[in-house]
Amino acid sequence: MLEAAPAPAPTLATARRGRALRRLAPWLGVVALLPLGGCGVLDHGMLGAAGPVADQTRSLFLLVCAILIFVAAPVLLLTPIFAWHYRLSNTKSAYRPQWGFNWPLEGLIWIPPTIIVIVLAVFLWRDTHALDPYKPLASPLPPVEVQAVALDWKWLFIYPDEGVASVDELAFPADRPVRLTLTSDTVMQSFFVPRLAGQIYAMAGMTTQLNLAADAPGRFRGENTQFNGVGFQNQKFAVLAQSNDDHAAWIARARAGGRTLDPAAYATLAARSVQPEPILFGSVAPDLFRSILTRNDPGLHAAHGHHAHE
Amino acid sequence: MIAPAQGPQLRHVGLNLLDSDEMEPGEAATGLYGFWLFLMSDAILFALLFAIYGTQVAATAGAPGPQETLKLGPTFIETLILLTSSLTFGLAAIALKYDKGRRGLVLWLCVTLALGIAFLGFELSDLRTMISDGATPNRSGFLSAFFALVPTHGLHVAAGCLWIGVMLTQIAVFGTDARVKLNLLKLGLFWHLLDIVWIAIFSVVYLQGASA
Amino acid sequence: MNEDGHWLTLLGRLDLHAFPLVRAWEDPTVSELIGAFAGALVVVGAVGLVALLTWKRWWRPLFRDWLTSLDHKKIGIMYVVLAGVMLSRALVEAVLMRAQQSLAVDAPGIVAPEHFAQLFSTHGTIMIFFMAMPFLTGLINYVVPLQIGARDVAFPLLNSISLMLTAGGAGLVMLSLAVGEFSTGGWSGYPPYTGKAFQPGVGPDYWIWAVTLASLGTTLSGINIAATIYKKRCPGLHLTRMPLFCWTSLCTAILMIFATPPLTVATALLALDRYLDFHFFTNDLGGNMMNYVNLFWLFGHPEVYILILPAFGVFSEVISAFSSKELYGYKSLAAATMAIGVLSFTVWLHHFFTMGQSASVNAAFGIATMTISIPTGVKIYNWIWTMFRGEVRFTAPMLFALAFIVTFVLGGLTGIMLAIPPIDYVVHNTVFLVAHFHNMLIPGLLYGMIAGYMYWFPKAFGFRLSEVWGKVAFACWVSGFYLAFMPLYVLGLGGMARRSQALFEPDYRPWLIVAACGAVLLLSGLVSLFVQLFVSVRDRDANRVPVGDPWDARGLEWSVAAPPPEYNFATIPRVDRLDPFYWRKERGEAYRTPSRYEDIVMPKESWVGPLVGLAAAACAFGLVWHIGWLSLVGFLGIWIPVVARSFVRDIHRTIPAAEVEAAERLWLERAHRVRPVPRERETEPANLGLARPFPSEVTA
Repeated sequence: MLEAAPAPAPTLATARRGRALRRLAPWLGVVALLPLGGCGVLDHGMLGAAGPVADQTRSLFLLVCAILIFVAAPVLLLTPIFAWHYRLSNTKSAYRPQWGFNWPLEGLIWIPPTIIVIVLAVFLWRDTHALDPYKPLASPLPPVEVQAVALDWKWLFIYPDEGVASVDELAFPADRPVRLTLTSDTVMQSFFVPRLAGQIYAMAGMTTQLNLAADAPGRFRGENTQFNGVGFQNQKFAVLAQSNDDHAAWIARARAGGRTLDPAAYATLAARSVQPEPILFGSVAPDLFRSILTRNDPGLHAAHGHHAHE
Repeated sequence: MIAPAQGPQLRHVGLNLLDSDEMEPGEAATGLYGFWLFLMSDAILFALLFAIYGTQVAATAGAPGPQETLKLGPTFIETLILLTSSLTFGLAAIALKYDKGRRGLVLWLCVTLALGIAFLGFELSDLRTMISDGATPNRSGFLSAFFALVPTHGLHVAAGCLWIGVMLTQIAVFGTDARVKLNLLKLGLFWHLLDIVWIAIFSVVYLQGASA
Repeated sequence: MNEDGHWLTLLGRLDLHAFPLVRAWEDPTVSELIGAFAGALVVVGAVGLVALLTWKRWWRPLFRDWLTSLDHKKIGIMYVVLAGVMLSRALVEAVLMRAQQSLAVDAPGIVAPEHFAQLFSTHGTIMIFFMAMPFLTGLINYVVPLQIGARDVAFPLLNSISLMLTAGGAGLVMLSLAVGEFSTGGWSGYPPYTGKAFQPGVGPDYWIWAVTLASLGTTLSGINIAATIYKKRCPGLHLTRMPLFCWTSLCTAILMIFATPPLTVATALLALDRYLDFHFFTNDLGGNMMNYVNLFWLFGHPEVYILILPAFGVFSEVISAFSSKELYGYKSLAAATMAIGVLSFTVWLHHFFTMGQSASVNAAFGIATMTISIPTGVKIYNWIWTMFRGEVRFTAPMLFALAFIVTFVLGGLTGIMLAIPPIDYVVHNTVFLVAHFHNMLIPGLLYGMIAGYMYWFPKAFGFRLSEVWGKVAFACWVSGFYLAFMPLYVLGLGGMARRSQALFEPDYRPWLIVAACGAVLLLSGLVSLFVQLFVSVRDRDANRVPVGDPWDARGLEWSVAAPPPEYNFATIPRVDRLDPFYWRKERGEAYRTPSRYEDIVMPKESWVGPLVGLAAAACAFGLVWHIGWLSLVGFLGIWIPVVARSFVRDIHRTIPAAEVEAAERLWLERAHRVRPVPRERETEPANLGLARPFPSEVTA
């Protein structure tokens, strides 16, 4: 396309530019090939799904990609074809400077995009409800209840049924789904385990919910994706989907450690700091989660529908 | 006697001053139109403050709530004062249009100014009572929202009063020349908008708060 | 009062540690040194500028001809210059961030977390409020009055005040490099993170006041532009005969009027929280940060269209001009523009699908979001069909337009993905999102602004820009974009959180290196633009287009000399259809001598604008550092000139008819003397701004 432009008086500059481009070309090639070394990157996200929610999201994503080909293709084809065919130097192309409207064409421009959007809207409505993070996951076994508290720069997970707690390590039996109830004792954060499910915000004084599950035992990366200060980049946590034996052992280990998450221990934990290693607590002060929640209760807000406040 | 003598029709959206308007009609039209746009933008600002108030009215966090803090009596008087001031501004505008001299105009503007200052006086004493009763904005979301909404209106009224003062000075210096007239028309629109906003405040904040 | 008390009154919270040089002296890490270098650069730049102005004796002309000018053309140019300066800073910051991320995979890199957070906050804040907004406001300012046959905007003084408020905000952001620090809360400044409990320093205050000044300036600009377009059109120029750029400008202006107040309210309430202990967005005592998020995006989403629509207008003009053809589907384009404007207020919630609303609420907003893609898609096809049966020339602005169409569609696709809540859940807050909005804003805003700058530059300055360097810039901006942002889509799908100062996934590294190379290419694009400007100014005598119509274009702005006289039109034109200048040329009615000339009344220059801008910046600086007296002086300084000005009656200057006639005659004589240039040679020195008519129709 560049050659087609009326040559602006061929000068030394143009020739120099050509040489410079030729010299740069191999480097550009190397740069373009670099990512091949990092193909595994997609396995870290939803495309490397390891649980039913991420798996369904992946299907939806691929379906949407397929539909969107029909949106992109005409534009990506017509733009270069028209631009090239109707270039000034092509004396064989027609020229109708005063043509600017056509009803059938107008129909072709408005109607197909509308239809595509309607089709997408149907899928959107269906899957937004199907993949609602608040929706319990189908499972023969009851979900593991976990209360998650976002702190700077760590996550606290309380297991009310077992009476244990962990920091920066979320462990559960792989054959049971997990029902997380989240709040924050600091600024807003976003809880995200890319290979298992989507994310949800955790906000002070309010609870949100997230249901997730793993297909098989495994270790996954969890993170906070909402910037919250200088320790943000270190706020990653391990998600352990365990076999039943391993999980029992994990709980036993927590209890054996003998640490108690009482108000004093919580105060230390809640201070702004990066947590180098996960911690396990063998027992938790009763109603700790509720006390954290009510401490930051913003009053009776109903601004955000039925979910935001318990 | 009809169309040709009158020249171009005035198309602007303020009080039509007809023959007495020596300003180029286009200029007056543009100026008032622009001022309307500003008022609409200002109205959005108040609408949002109302919305915030609506979401925070229940967030009393143990501090005094609407029922304990909002007094209907004084605000009813404030309402009457402000509504009357809108009437007197209207009379000033009529004087601007029909009177030969400026006595009527100046008189009504002064009355409006006095009423505006009286309104501010009542409102300030209200707020002072609230603060001395411990209802300060740093105590709850509700009080924060209240102290953002109502004083913002008060600041607008104060700005309006200063503006009236400036206009009185201009009338003294320039008489009622074209720019003074245009500014008075804008000031009128501003003053009446503040009235409308106050009626909303009285209904949403005071009537509902006191009856809740 | 003791010694400390005096200092507190005088300087507020300002102390030695506010200066990055002092901080770097005490703690000479690479990160602090970079900060100190940047701070020093601001100081040296300012001192250098003052020295240059003094040495060249440019102070008087600077103030007399530019800063106090109320000419919409000069104000427009000043806006664009401001945008260029701010773009340079924010793009360097982008390169620094990309460098940091590519180095900091399992390593500390060169920029400390605190510094990195300031980088992404200033980058976003500058690019949106102090690059994009001034750029588009500048183009609108310059072009719209010329396109609608007006001599100036509706409110010339207000125009100057808007510019100076924006400049004051920009100055504040620059000052934060040399004195103190900037916010670390990103361009959106979400509380409670930006609240006093978590950020007691001055950073968020700089952000609050800079953005507040910009948003006030923007609201006033919007009022001005809308009033100009509604009230200042020349006789016969009905709304449906306006060039499309006027339509998009009008829509942008309406959005500015109605969408910036939410931002002003959001920043004002945040300021009340921080300064007076209010509880709007705090965690405790009934604050609710969700209100902020709603307010911010109630502004933020229409803002996206404030940014993109003017560029749509530019592309409509550019594609039509460089295809030598009527715009396809003018009315559907105008309708689509207005539809986008209305719909833009109905989708703000999609910026926080993950806040825990019910599925139905999310789905409704998701569908509303996708609905916007219909009018947008229509626009894309209108541009494509404008080229159909045209005579397309691949000049630099046209190349940017073509790159825009292709790239923008790709960004639109990822936009549709993000509009689907379940997909948003897995890519929200990741660099996928970052890639998406850069994919919309770089083609949909920056390419448009650059194309507009290159397209109207000859009109504004009377000579064309270097075509070669224009194409070099194009190559850099386009290849740089793809290299910098396509990897981010991949990384985002791989779960990489945005705003990460360090990373711990070795698989990310190669992609981050590619992205960093892309960022360097983008910077080269900017450098090429500066080189282009330098080269073009140097060779200006070979590239002059005095007659004023170098591209054989269609709107009224091309029917006057280049550069246009101060009063734009010697006689106010009359218009009887769309593309008036094209039809005038077609009917052989262009370049006719008017039957009579009249005295023209133009606004005199005024000091009010610069004074208000300076006072507003001083007031804001005082507020940032809690220097009471300075804030008070600044606040009074804003209002005193405004009130004083209302007492000035001598605000107009009359240009006598004879002077107008002399200038016009000179120009018309030239127009009749010079050789018209065919389209094949429009980028050659032979182009003196007079176009050789095309045949009206060619059948293949």
